[in-house]
Amino acid sequence: MSEAARSARDLLKIVMVGHVDHGKSTLVGRLFHDTGSLPDGKLEAIKAMCDARGMPFEWAFLMDALQAERDQGITIDTSQIWFKTKQRDYVLIDAPGHKEFLKNMITGAAASDAAVLVIDAHEGVQEQSRRHGYLLHLLGVKQVAVAVNKMDLVDYSEERFYEIEREYTAYLASIGVKATYMIPVSGREGDNVATRSEAMPWYHGPTIVGALDAFGSVTELRDLPLRMPVQDIYKFDERRIIAGRIESGVLKVGDELLFSPSNKRARVKAIESWNTPEVAVEAGAGQSVGIRLDEQLFLERGEIASHVTAAPVETDVFVGRLFWLSDQPLKVGSRYTMKINTFEAPVEVQEIKHVIDTGDLGETVSEKVERHAVAEVVLRTKKMMALDSFNDLSRTGRFVLVDGYDIAGGGIISMEGYADQRDLITMASTNVTRVEHEVTDTLRAARNGHQGGVLWFTGFSGAGKSTLAIEVEKRLFNKGYQTYVLDGDNVRHGLNSNLGFSPEDRAENIRRVGEVAALFGRSGMIAITAFISPYRSDRDRAREAAGDRFHEIYVHADLEICEQRDPKGLYKKARTGEIKDFTGISAPYEPPVNPQLTVDTGVNDIETCVQQIVDYVGEHFSATSRPAVREITSGG
Amino acid sequence: MTNLDELEAQSIYIFREAFNRLENIAMLWSLGKDSNVMIWLARKAFFGHVPFPVVHVDTGKKFPEMYAFRDRYAKEWNLNFIRGECPPVEDIDPSLPPAARSAARKTEGLKWIVEEHGFTGLFAGIRRDEQAMRAKERVFSPRGEGGKWDFRDQPPEFWDQFKTDFPPGTHIRIHPLLHWTEIDIWRYSLRENIPLIDLYFSKDGKRYRSLGDQDITFPVDSDASTLEEIIEELETTRVSERAGRAMDHEAEDAFERLRAEGYM
Repeated sequence: MSEAARSARDLLKIVMVGHVDHGKSTLVGRLFHDTGSLPDGKLEAIKAMCDARGMPFEWAFLMDALQAERDQGITIDTSQIWFKTKQRDYVLIDAPGHKEFLKNMITGAAASDAAVLVIDAHEGVQEQSRRHGYLLHLLGVKQVAVAVNKMDLVDYSEERFYEIEREYTAYLASIGVKATYMIPVSGREGDNVATRSEAMPWYHGPTIVGALDAFGSVTELRDLPLRMPVQDIYKFDERRIIAGRIESGVLKVGDELLFSPSNKRARVKAIESWNTPEVAVEAGAGQSVGIRLDEQLFLERGEIASHVTAAPVETDVFVGRLFWLSDQPLKVGSRYTMKINTFEAPVEVQEIKHVIDTGDLGETVSEKVERHAVAEVVLRTKKMMALDSFNDLSRTGRFVLVDGYDIAGGGIISMEGYADQRDLITMASTNVTRVEHEVTDTLRAARNGHQGGVLWFTGFSGAGKSTLAIEVEKRLFNKGYQTYVLDGDNVRHGLNSNLGFSPEDRAENIRRVGEVAALFGRSGMIAITAFISPYRSDRDRAREAAGDRFHEIYVHADLEICEQRDPKGLYKKARTGEIKDFTGISAPYEPPVNPQLTVDTGVNDIETCVQQIVDYVGEHFSATSRPAVREITSGG
Repeated sequence: MTNLDELEAQSIYIFREAFNRLENIAMLWSLGKDSNVMIWLARKAFFGHVPFPVVHVDTGKKFPEMYAFRDRYAKEWNLNFIRGECPPVEDIDPSLPPAARSAARKTEGLKWIVEEHGFTGLFAGIRRDEQAMRAKERVFSPRGEGGKWDFRDQPPEFWDQFKTDFPPGTHIRIHPLLHWTEIDIWRYSLRENIPLIDLYFSKDGKRYRSLGDQDITFPVDSDASTLEEIIEELETTRVSERAGRAMDHEAEDAFERLRAEGYM
């Protein structure tokens, strides 16, 4: 037996996309015929079928195998067929161009290594031509050959071809995509499909077959950081096996693995398999494996195994660029089940940043995302997730949303503007024991004449947080309260002088302030914090630190008003780009969901707002007002 | 990884997803080359075990060699084996062409066994390259009440996120071999040394490329008498795999009608 018979040849998955009636199926039929890939009798069968219907020979019938399709003349679902060139084998996925069949196009395109996008030379670039180009980009298909089809209908005009090339190249460039090839063809006549066209001597690039053969195989996922989502845990016999597919990277026996988001660690003891010639000591991307660990960790499906030094992001919020497939529009506040690989969690739509028009790439603010639309949204979960930005690691950087029984949409993950919260939730120190105070909350409250606690101000820069904080501090002090303001700039001179303004550093800044404020509160004082603190996750952590002593006060003013005030000239700098990641301009602000108090400095003057806060303190901090005073031990 | 390694890894992933996400699953075993590979892949996925029942929906009209094979390997592979019965042909829609009508008995038999055991997931060893209708399939393919397949409105399936949620009264067909081709099956059988029924190998210039009921399955001309020869034959042939299956040739849409009603 020849070696070729034993091992199959290199296989590339190609998807055909493009506007309806631009001739995809015809091109496929021709491609099959010209590469000698048609089974015996198929050509004759199609001829007979066309004769029976009294119509001229139709290449498209090869793909459109279904009765229903033949009668309507359109492809209704993704078909896959195999063909080969001299160089290698191909699976060709034909994706329908009809708008309502978008989910099939996505099903087809998501599985492919490269794409052929078909544009009718006569009709030119149409809505679906642009939309499909955009979706290929979203789905991560980077190798694209554009076939300008039906050149026979425009008399093989060089001018027309370059006109379309210019228009479509400009569109692709605007979404950051570069077409690998732009080829003038005629599916019906066979020009530049497998053989060079004699009618278009002005074209010197490859034929379709030449372009396909020139595409590279998939990227080397093995060279990327290790990601193995846990798929299941088996105990069919005495072995406890962690099963999963390695999405990227390589793992070896003896490697220390970190499981996220539980942050547990163990070493690989063995790689298990059945009916393999030898025991494996390493496994890489693409392999479905089973491993045994040196320790019995309690693990769940959905955790991601990585190496300790190149771990995935941990977060409870991210920006998703998604395509929506469901009849029911996606709305702010809607809840879905989100899946990332084998991980699954309930998720809420916190914000729709904008809906993207894939035709002109315009962004519109909208309350909902309709079927077949593309949008940028902010999604939030209750529990921590482990994931990656799509741009870093595509395999663990994409998600789907399930509504009821159905997949309603899918998208790719961006962490732009959001922090990796891993370091914030990972406890580095071990062997620490809490001490118990003998001075209780009650004793402290009795001495001070009021409870301790945290007044946590949040709001845009320029909303008046610092002004209010200083004024409230003064008023409370004069009324006999023990109080102290923790202000952003002050804290950054000392406690947080080693932190910058990256999302991670900002989150750490808030974490430290939250812990310090909680200590102040526990000591019996009223700490007033004046930080933008734009992220819900960060404020939630501060709330967790202070427990029920935490009082969130939303210092509200419309962004326009804050920008007009611009007391430190920061908005101006943000607008010119001198300051990056500025809240409200180039970085997100997530308003509080249920603040204890909201003061509006855009509507009311400072005095009114100060009075509101002082009144609030009078009501909630009196030494006897709290029904159950927690003992120190419970809060630590 | 070789092409076969990739196919194997993908099938294992599918098996494990189904095993984790679905409650009451079983595998359909037609005794042919594909479903033998399917059993083999399940043992790969579950480290030598097949942790669910294996069902043969028996038309009673298979070749004797097939029954002998079944009885031997159900034991040898330690399978939790279930045999399902089929109704007589008189009970089947008489508007179907004769061979398709005969094949449709299996669809009915399948319905019975699904109802009897309350299976919510069934592994079936179909491949996209076998037939144009099967090319349209999803890996996780929902079946409505009575096992019907709505091929005009199928769920999206991408990034290996499969449809694993579905209303009561329906079930999911899982297709772990959907992305394999006929020649892959043979190459893998050779590599893994998977047992096969002798009918696949040439005797007196003829062999079976596909095995169904005795009365509606015919051998094709071939001198291939070893796995290696079959692979070499397939590399050059342009005769379709199901050429020996009578029901595919009766009417343009015979197979489509069978599949929509729940045929494998």
